[in-house]
Amino acid sequence: MVNSATVELVVSAVKVFIVVNVILLMVMVMILAERRISAFIQDRYGPNRVGPFGILQPIADGIKFLFKEDVIPYHVDRFLYLLAPAVILVPSLMTFAIVPFGSSFSFYWGDTPVHVRLQIADLNIGILYFVGIASLAVYGLVIGGYASNNKYSMFGGLRSSAQMISYEIPMGLAIVSVVMLTGSLRLSDIVADQQHMWNVVRQPLGFLIFLVAAFAETNRLPFDLPEAEQELVGGYHTEYSSMKFSAFFIAEYANMITSSALITTLFFGGYHVPFGILEALNLPVAWEVVVHVLSFSIKTAFFLFVYLWVRWTLPRFRYDQLMNLGWKSLLPLSLVNVVLTGIGIAIF
Amino acid sequence: MVATALFYIFAAIATAGAIMVVAQRNPVYSALYLVLTLFALAGEYVLLMAHFIAIVHVAVYAGAIVVLFLFVIMLLNVRLEERAPDAFRYMIYAGLPMAAILFVEMGYFAFRGFQQAMVQGTRVGLVESIGRALFSQYVLPFEVASILLLVAMIGALYLSKRKLEIVAFKRPRSKKERLKVMMYEEEH
Amino acid sequence: MPAVPISHFLILSAVLFSLGVLGVIIRRNAIVIFMCIELMLNAVNLTFLAFSNYLNNVEGQIFVFMVMVVAAAEVAVGLAIIVAIFRLRETVHVDEIKLLKW
Repeated sequence: MVNSATVELVVSAVKVFIVVNVILLMVMVMILAERRISAFIQDRYGPNRVGPFGILQPIADGIKFLFKEDVIPYHVDRFLYLLAPAVILVPSLMTFAIVPFGSSFSFYWGDTPVHVRLQIADLNIGILYFVGIASLAVYGLVIGGYASNNKYSMFGGLRSSAQMISYEIPMGLAIVSVVMLTGSLRLSDIVADQQHMWNVVRQPLGFLIFLVAAFAETNRLPFDLPEAEQELVGGYHTEYSSMKFSAFFIAEYANMITSSALITTLFFGGYHVPFGILEALNLPVAWEVVVHVLSFSIKTAFFLFVYLWVRWTLPRFRYDQLMNLGWKSLLPLSLVNVVLTGIGIAIF
Repeated sequence: MVATALFYIFAAIATAGAIMVVAQRNPVYSALYLVLTLFALAGEYVLLMAHFIAIVHVAVYAGAIVVLFLFVIMLLNVRLEERAPDAFRYMIYAGLPMAAILFVEMGYFAFRGFQQAMVQGTRVGLVESIGRALFSQYVLPFEVASILLLVAMIGALYLSKRKLEIVAFKRPRSKKERLKVMMYEEEH
Repeated sequence: MPAVPISHFLILSAVLFSLGVLGVIIRRNAIVIFMCIELMLNAVNLTFLAFSNYLNNVEGQIFVFMVMVVAAAEVAVGLAIIVAIFRLRETVHVDEIKLLKW
């Protein structure tokens, strides 16, 4: 006989294990995809020698990073220097905990019925958890920039953290308008609310603001001022080498995955399949769960592709343009969006 | 059981972090230990069933206020705090007993008064009940708070603005401005 | 489910408040003094939430909300003042900023 608390604990542990591993696996896939897609856009081949179609390239990259000499410069603040890559990695993995990546199913374990919801934690503060945890990513940058004890790193750290703080506000306001429509902070409610109509239809402006802010939050082009590999010395990670350097990049890709998943959840109906296709197919329940997870994965993968697509086709913003866009365009627009949403709710 | 264990873990982290905030001579470390303390406190808030406040606390304090501290520390390039000159050297002998007396005072009443009362599972900490109270009974304080934030924002902007030098960095547009810049440059 | 006495939370809050007071007394760096004030505010917040739970009353939570607003405003203005003083005096040590006028 199994205790129900034990069952719950085991189920949660399995879910956490699977999610973290899938994210890290997806990071590897993204590293390959980034290089292949950039090659495609620039009309080159890209890495195609390691394994069939270059599939093993990320593993080769990983091994290369592992075997590089791990230099800790003499002048750094040692404790903080070692802390920064860890600090930047943790929030990027933590935020995925609230994303519902599928519907729920039940089975029997011995005699105990087990109900599994495909979401690690359905918090009642839901999306606020994302806002709170995402704002912690700044610390990795600030600590990294400070600990390197190098003026370029410090400026890079300040630059990118100012960027992240600025774009958090429009992002939060875009989320507010979605929450106003749903009337709940729970992500499961937000997804359930979109079963018949996706939020992108009701919130096109909110979606655009969220998308732009998400690009800025993940430090991706056209807002990748922190690194800007072609024109600046580099940002907060100039003094890092080997695995510590790659930790910054794993964090960046994990952030991309989480924000794509959130765009899907908030604006594109989460795991729901559009146009009532699923109902028309009349599948058995077990298959429905699989289709839900698949639908969520496809949507998320599409937004990951958009990240790469934008990176290799748009030029970079200048820093003052970035700040102007954030404070003078996105912020007023998101406020207008909140007001419009309020008016819309009052009318309908 | 679990709640008690969690309480003690968070309490230990919060206390250790607070001690380090006071004891560290490098202000950057002080700020980072402050973040640690704030995190442990967020854990305590969750144990008190105040979920909404816990996450807002993380977003506001850890996500904004301490980042602001770090910014200012880095921009001012504040280094280690040197040994105190005359007046401050003996402060610690005055401060420690005072803090100890304060603690004994407060701790005594806390210990005597609320020994029996346990943390109860309530719904007052949920977003719903706080929102209902904030937008009905306490709507005036809420609006005043927003005005306070606006005033603080304007005040901070005004205080941190260098009046003359901002003119100097801009390309002078009129004769008057050019004159101003020239006067400024002469002064410095 | 949770079975921690309220008094424990109050004592923790007393510890943090005393440490904040100690910091304000013995530290000379104005920024660190500010941090210690934040520590005290948070200790008070903990007390508010403990009592809010004890009395099953939402007002404690509202108070914490307001304290956060005031803390944010205070930090913004306070740090701006510190920056202004640093520009003038090249120091943030409170014992070197003792003149009311210069």
